[in-house]
Amino acid sequence: MILRTEGLGKSFRGFRALSGVTADFRAGQLTSIIGPNGAGKSTYFNLLTGAFPPSEGRILFEGRNITGTPQHRFAAMGIAKSFQITTVFPRLSVHENVRIACQALVSRHNIFRRADRLPGLADEADALLEKLGLIHVRGRAAGDLAHGEQRAVEIAMALAARPKLLLLDEPTAGMSPEETRDAMDLILRLAAERTVILVEHKMKLVMGISDRLLVLHHGELLAEGTPDEIRRHPEVRRVYLGTREA
Amino acid sequence: MQGMFDAVARHRVLAALAVLAVLPFVAPSAALASLIVVMGLYALGFNLLFGYAGLLSFGHSALIGAGSYACGIAIVHFGWPWWAAILAGPAAGGLVALAMGLLAVRTRGIYFAMVTLALSQCVYYVALKAEAWTGGENGLRGVNLTTISLGFAEFSGIDPMTRYTLVASCAALGLAFVSRVLRSPFGAALSALRENEARARACGYDIDRIRLQAFVLSGMVSGLAGALYAIQLSVVPIETMHYAMSGMAVMMAILGGMNTFFGPFLGAAIFLAIENVGALWTEHWPLLAGGVFMACVLFFREGVWGTLLKRAMPR
Repeated sequence: MILRTEGLGKSFRGFRALSGVTADFRAGQLTSIIGPNGAGKSTYFNLLTGAFPPSEGRILFEGRNITGTPQHRFAAMGIAKSFQITTVFPRLSVHENVRIACQALVSRHNIFRRADRLPGLADEADALLEKLGLIHVRGRAAGDLAHGEQRAVEIAMALAARPKLLLLDEPTAGMSPEETRDAMDLILRLAAERTVILVEHKMKLVMGISDRLLVLHHGELLAEGTPDEIRRHPEVRRVYLGTREA
Repeated sequence: MQGMFDAVARHRVLAALAVLAVLPFVAPSAALASLIVVMGLYALGFNLLFGYAGLLSFGHSALIGAGSYACGIAIVHFGWPWWAAILAGPAAGGLVALAMGLLAVRTRGIYFAMVTLALSQCVYYVALKAEAWTGGENGLRGVNLTTISLGFAEFSGIDPMTRYTLVASCAALGLAFVSRVLRSPFGAALSALRENEARARACGYDIDRIRLQAFVLSGMVSGLAGALYAIQLSVVPIETMHYAMSGMAVMMAILGGMNTFFGPFLGAAIFLAIENVGALWTEHWPLLAGGVFMACVLFFREGVWGTLLKRAMPR
């Protein structure tokens, strides 16, 4: 068990976006959180990544209560994320984007050393770029890349934290079918080495690759289980598959 | 052309030294050259926060003022040697910045500007009322360095060229310091937070702490400029603390180019040139300065230096 939420809930000015979600995420598995739009997926994701604190309940990471921990500490704990909307450092080079992400683990406030002389960081960044097939654009400004490539830069930056747990919020949003296929391949490769939690509203996309699925509906946990179990689950069929929106 | 700009960017401390070396010979007087250097350093310190951290402070008068008064008080009331009095400048600027920053860094945008403005007005009021120490409305008089002793040699502090040499040497150290900071891991973190705050936080950078650190460093550089200002003028006028001084920093940075290292320095030179040359022709010189500033904001968003850099870049 790498991550556990107990009775997790969040209200925004009286609106209950999420309530009472108790769920376990097993180490080494790829777990997808699915549900129709407005089901509370993004709220759940933001709670898991510390973007805001829950109104109720607890989050345990490797048995430790991390509820309310400031977001900037998450990287050092081994939890990294990619955003739903692509966010890179647009005017910096692709290499500098990833190098800064690597640097965050080593040196954040030092004013006396030279950033480009911190040992190993430049090589580490290049290795990540190599892995994600970005090495040929390392010198270009990240903001000038195509959407799919920016996504990949973002994932490289998340991996720079050497996370034990990687959270991805709709990583294929806005991608062409071809880019989506590449992204799914990439996610599978990443999942082979670490625990991955994926938030996605396109159910078909994740059925084939997930070890487990959580289904949210109206801010509550509707079902959890293997893809087969979810496919057979009568409630899920009713609210989700029946609508043919997937 | 581009090669020249590249070389300047790569060796910016050397380039700055070269400019500092010729400045007193091209400026109308050594005293004006000193003033340009002091204000350039002040604008550079301000721009560390404005251009590099993306925080618009309207309270930098408190920081240059604190440095100025600290240096002046150290000389007038305590008889400190010149080097210790100069060091008191960055120390005081840093401390005041720390106090202001602790209250201000959590706010953003216009609120940050307003909080810093309000806090600087508090500091102004303290300086105005603590007459026994600051001279109140009359300013702190008698910040005289008649001799500047280096141990092995003594120089007359009254000679304008000696004074320029002292001011420019200290400013060069300040410039080298800022250049170093920008190339440090902290400087990289600073550029990350300016580019994309949410992503920087997700990478593991503590945004508020980085902002505070930037504010303190900016305060130290402004404080050093303040100390040099006091030495150059031999007096600390209360106007050093006035909020118009904060506005001047904003103006100089934008005029020269807030996204560049040298821009604020050039902005200071242009501003002071307009003030000094324009004042010979007309008492309405601020109109001229205002017009140039408007032209910059409307047509040369990158400032004078920024526009030059852009022109030199290949398409």
